[in-house]
Amino acid sequence: MALAASVLDLIGNTPLVDISALSPNPAARISIKLEGQNPGGSVKDRVALSLVEDAEARGVLRPGKPDQVLMEPTSGNTGIGLAMVCRVKGYRLKAVMPTAVSIERRQLLELWGAEIIESPGPEGSNGAVRLARGLAEEHPEWVFLYQYGNPANPKAHYEGTGPEILRDCPGITHFVAGLGTSGTLLGVGRFLREKLGDAVSIWAVEPPAGEMVDGLRNLDDGYIPPIFEDLGGAELLDRKTVVRPRESIEWTRRLTEVGVFAGISTGAALAGAVKCAASLEPGVEASIVVVSADGGWKYLSTGAWTDDLDEVTERAKSIIYF
Amino acid sequence: MAVEVRLPTVLRSHAGGASVVAVDGATVGEVLSKLVAEYPGMAGQVLTDDGSLHKFVNVYVDDDDVRYLQGLDTPVKDGAEVSLLPAVAGG
Repeated sequence: MALAASVLDLIGNTPLVDISALSPNPAARISIKLEGQNPGGSVKDRVALSLVEDAEARGVLRPGKPDQVLMEPTSGNTGIGLAMVCRVKGYRLKAVMPTAVSIERRQLLELWGAEIIESPGPEGSNGAVRLARGLAEEHPEWVFLYQYGNPANPKAHYEGTGPEILRDCPGITHFVAGLGTSGTLLGVGRFLREKLGDAVSIWAVEPPAGEMVDGLRNLDDGYIPPIFEDLGGAELLDRKTVVRPRESIEWTRRLTEVGVFAGISTGAALAGAVKCAASLEPGVEASIVVVSADGGWKYLSTGAWTDDLDEVTERAKSIIYF
Repeated sequence: MAVEVRLPTVLRSHAGGASVVAVDGATVGEVLSKLVAEYPGMAGQVLTDDGSLHKFVNVYVDDDDVRYLQGLDTPVKDGAEVSLLPAVAGG
């Protein structure tokens, strides 16, 4: 590997690893893309860099100008990625984040120098988005990049993650990823659909977050990311499946059998990939690629690998891990 | 056909606090219509006035989102589990 001029040059180009030993179907290969290998520790480094560079290209952010403040709602990973990018580029970040996240997420934001603005934990990310939109109106001087509504989010995956997957796994038949902002699924999904047509299926995995986010007054408090609607997410996806906390943790643990130490959302995504493999007609050859959004480091405090499964499952119900 | 419907916290107050209720129906549409008939407080929360799914509710039959199956026409087998979850964000 060549000498990098900046840590930001190390974002992307993550490894893809065959983990078919965990496939329930011998005809279905499963490979996992390890986004935890990004310098800030998650897939969101790609999005953070794309959002900031896009804003610089539009003149919304000016490199070198002092005291430019960005404000962004996040359940953690986008905030951490943005905080790292901002630290390197000299911007200030205010991250609006629900209280119900792991302690490591808070610590990582703080070590990169970001200010955390807390939103109510029971409202989950919906509450963070609501608060951030209000703050953006009150503070027009803050730069609000709004990952949920900014095409530079899926663009990072359309131009980066998607081409890398096709390069490393040209025979891909199924792409499986978690649904958060929908950026990964929209960007990679659209790229693969353009290149492979209907030969590839796009599967979304949703955490049962709506079960845990109990601070909504009614269903009108629900939230669909504008990019999902604007970029035709519903037409792009072939399947969407929900994965429960217990299943997520079980598969997060199973990953260690093949030497992969990943975050809890990866267990959920893998559970979706396993369901996909098991649903195929007998004998049909398939090559499933699943995205691991981050490594396990930020979740050690949850006891996910070491504590009693029932206790960890209960604990996970009050933690936002997507 | 009897199916179990799992309710999110936001809808439980309309069902006396229950997290799971039993409802009859052969399709998702029938199940949801009977659910709303039984618990009128959910009217407008699950199905809209024109009978389509509320934008911010996701309905799963055995963990598969029915919007990517056959929508309200998705068949529901005896003993299936129907889950309702509000649309929430991550990231």
